Amino acid sequence: MVVRDIIEILKGEIICEGDLNQEIKTACGSDMMSDVLAFVKDQSVLLTGLVNPQVVRTAEMMDMACIVFVRGKDPDESIVSLAQSRDITLIKTRYRMFTACGLLYSNGLSGGTEV
Amino acid sequence: MSNAIHLHYEVSGDDFTRAGEASGAVKKRLKSLGYNSDAIRRVAIAMYEAEINMVIHANGGFCDVDIYPDKVEILLADNGPGIADVDKAMQEGYSTAPDNVRNLGFGAGMGLPNIKKYTDEMRIETTLGVGTKLYLTVIVRE
Ligand SMILES: Nc1ncnc2c1ncn2[C@@H]1O[C@H](COP(=O)(O)OP(=O)(O)O)[C@@H](O)[C@H]1O
Ligand SMILES: [Mg+2]
Repeated sequence: MVVRDIIEILKGEIICEGDLNQEIKTACGSDMMSDVLAFVKDQSVLLTGLVNPQVVRTAEMMDMACIVFVRGKDPDESIVSLAQSRDITLIKTRYRMFTACGLLYSNGLSGGTEV
Repeated sequence: MSNAIHLHYEVSGDDFTRAGEASGAVKKRLKSLGYNSDAIRRVAIAMYEAEINMVIHANGGFCDVDIYPDKVEILLADNGPGIADVDKAMQEGYSTAPDNVRNLGFGAGMGLPNIKKYTDEMRIETTLGVGTKLYLTVIVRE
């Protein structure tokens, strides 16, 4: 799966475009950034209902290529410009967290951990 | 000692949105120096959690980073309230963060445990009413 597929599956809208052909191996859905930071996974996407610059910084530290804002939330300009400078793709989807995660999971994306 | 690269950053205590600037800059520098991605990520995550702590618990401070070929040493120092019970603070889930911090995605009490997990050495020097110094070492393994 690549970033472009995630946009399609989630009927998402691109807010900030990074590398859409970047491969995505695992996903993580959370509003608590320390939970995201607790498990290092390779080439992943972050789904979150939280909208602030620290979401982008968390993705940056984790080398994540893509952030999905659920429930149609709109990040402000400071968030978008931060993502731009870090080459991270921002997507928004109207799906809620559970559904967005479920859709990606049923299309073959996993959490990347046993439990 | 002579071949170490030394970096210094001031961390502002009143701008939560800028917390992580120093960690991001160090990450970028390590990348340009060709360090392996595992080491870079461990440094970035540990330093980021510590930087966040300095902002949300201690009104900011500074970071000193020494980059060696085989390890990265980081000192994060603040003049905040200090930590009353370090053993307790190290427990997963223990947090004194107020609700407004939790609404920003932090304050789950996982910061110090995460730092411990990603570093090879972690030492806390803290005095109530004076401040906290966090010494971190990440060994670069090939
Ligand atoms: N630099 C610091 N100055 C003062 N107290 C701190 C500092 N860093 C951590 N603490 C204390 O340790 C607790 C646990 O820290 P941490 O594990 O990062 O969790 P969190 O930041 O989510 O509360 C904090 O809630 C706070 O009471
Ligand atoms: Mg913390």
